[in-house]
Amino acid sequence: MAPENHITEVGGTGVPIPGDDIDTDQILPARFMKEVTFDNMADYLFYDARRDDDGEFNDHPLNRFDGASIAVINSNFGCGSSREHAPQAMMRWGVDGIVGESYAEIFRDNCKSLGIPAVTTDHETVTELQEWIEANPDGEIDIDVENETVTYGDTTIDVDIDDAMQEALVEGIWDTTALMYSNRSKVEETVAGLPYVEGDD
Amino acid sequence: MSNGTLYDKVWEKHKVAELPSGQDQLFIGLHLVHEVTSPQAFGMLRERDLNVAYPNQTFATTDHIAPTEAEKRKRPLTDEQSEEMLSALERNTSENGITFFGFESGKQGITHVVAPELGLSQPGMTVACGDSHTATHGAFGSIGVGIGTSQIRDVLATGCIAADKQKVRRINVEGELGEGVYAKDIILKIIQDLGVDGGVGHVYEYGGPAIEALDMEGRLAVCNMSIEGGARAGYINPDETTYEYLKGREYVPEGEAFEERKEYWESISSDADAEYDDVVTVDADDIDPLITWGINPGQVIEITDTVPQPEDFEARTDREAAEQALEHMDIEPGQSMLGYDVDVAFLGTCTNGRVSDFEEAAKILEGNTVADGVRALAVPGSETVREECEARGLDEVFINAGFQWRRAGCSMCLAMNDDSLEGDEVCASSSNRNFIGRQGSKDGRTVLMSPAMVAAAAVEGEVADAREYLSDDPAGSPSGVGEAAD
Repeated sequence: MAPENHITEVGGTGVPIPGDDIDTDQILPARFMKEVTFDNMADYLFYDARRDDDGEFNDHPLNRFDGASIAVINSNFGCGSSREHAPQAMMRWGVDGIVGESYAEIFRDNCKSLGIPAVTTDHETVTELQEWIEANPDGEIDIDVENETVTYGDTTIDVDIDDAMQEALVEGIWDTTALMYSNRSKVEETVAGLPYVEGDD
Repeated sequence: MSNGTLYDKVWEKHKVAELPSGQDQLFIGLHLVHEVTSPQAFGMLRERDLNVAYPNQTFATTDHIAPTEAEKRKRPLTDEQSEEMLSALERNTSENGITFFGFESGKQGITHVVAPELGLSQPGMTVACGDSHTATHGAFGSIGVGIGTSQIRDVLATGCIAADKQKVRRINVEGELGEGVYAKDIILKIIQDLGVDGGVGHVYEYGGPAIEALDMEGRLAVCNMSIEGGARAGYINPDETTYEYLKGREYVPEGEAFEERKEYWESISSDADAEYDDVVTVDADDIDPLITWGINPGQVIEITDTVPQPEDFEARTDREAAEQALEHMDIEPGQSMLGYDVDVAFLGTCTNGRVSDFEEAAKILEGNTVADGVRALAVPGSETVREECEARGLDEVFINAGFQWRRAGCSMCLAMNDDSLEGDEVCASSSNRNFIGRQGSKDGRTVLMSPAMVAAAAVEGEVADAREYLSDDPAGSPSGVGEAAD
């Protein structure tokens, strides 16, 4: 029923998306959420930030690093709205993994739901990696989820990943619906202890 | 590690199991659904041939795309995408036996306004919604969390989310608010002090005299903006104010059943000797109304202060953000926000779209008119709020002053309907986010403030100190301090 996908490693070329507190309204402006599927979301990724006033593509990194798989971001990325449209757009654009200083919680949860590893390291390391991508647009970056490392060029760095995210990705249990569905009888026990829930539906 | 807090108790009551990932499977007692983030989740359910596990704990309304002009609410909606979203929600709720508060129900509105006023939100619950402002419901003493669409699928299919337990930060708000200073100012002050990511990894427990003195609508405004401080949830322990508010509401039990339910509510309050991961004190005694000057809710000052210099900020990141904000807002450091020209005044949202918000704004609008060239929108948070305001004659105050009196929805908070900023318009807004592009125009500029401050800005055509209108001066006009209107 649920996809059995072990995600131990992701890799590809990189795209730096510099800036702190980049909110989900920037990542995926609200006016593009009026679709009942996520299918077209890649077209709207950073829609305004990527365009000039006349609607032409500007030099935003997403325009310069087309085909990249690893996004490198700074701190509190994905703050604001809970819209899964934001990581959906990144995933559908081609992002398979994210390296950064920190994430807003709901955004990180959404990444986990989608099987996108979101790892963290310090500001200096992130800056170095962002600069490296600028100098090596075709350079390969690998995120090793299992061993918590990122390798680019000749450099391998240690990174952190939230324990639950790591476990879920490596064990292939990041799709939580099936997992929780199998606990149906335990849910009923919990419900029985809640005075405000009427019980079986 | 916290112990004996409301958060600990409610979490334990709703914990189903520990998952192999180390996360907890948490039962969600109230699931709120709207048209924007749910259609994909219902689609995933269909793909897997799963049913909605707890339809009776699930309630839906339409808010984000809801047209706020009466004539535009006829079906089919003129905007095809909006019609498709609304039709999908109607279909998904009726097929799954979920109560839906549509336009004809008379109860439609913003989820976070509708659920509290109907008594759906109660103490000791877990509340989830595909919307980050679900923190609002914590005002009753519950755990309210915003979730993504895949998690909506989880809740629909299993009644549960997979979640990490957070740290609990107690925020004591000391002192007493002065006249013209509101719950909105308290939460903006907290975000100013702790930052937009200060709450990451934490749940905020708000308490202390200034919080206890708030009515439920004020408490809802405080908890609503927890997420703007980075905290996924924020809550206030229930007390007599909470119980009095709940009594008699549609979904609240009556009589003996109410007393029984109240015992549960009282049992989940934080213990007197509860342990917190940390405790922060905020002094509300001397605060002036707060307004934002930048592009995130942490870029905020008291109205009597001036826009900071980027170099005033210790952290590099804050300096860079300040520079970006100054450019976007077209302001200079050292400048007062008083007198900053305003094109649009927007009153409403899940933060400040309740009856008392319109009442406070009406006090300022009574006998005054909106400045020439200012587009002013009053958008009740729900149809119930609208009716109550109209019963009190508030709609006439707004209309006479030159406001457009609209129907309920999220409206210009995020401009998914026709209500949008144009070009680089400046909006005095009672909403919760001043992010670039948030109100529908990438060059639009948002200044967040309390409803009273929005009303004063509408009248003056520029940012003003609402307290000038609330003095004992019988003429009800500004006493001359600050910039005079044209």
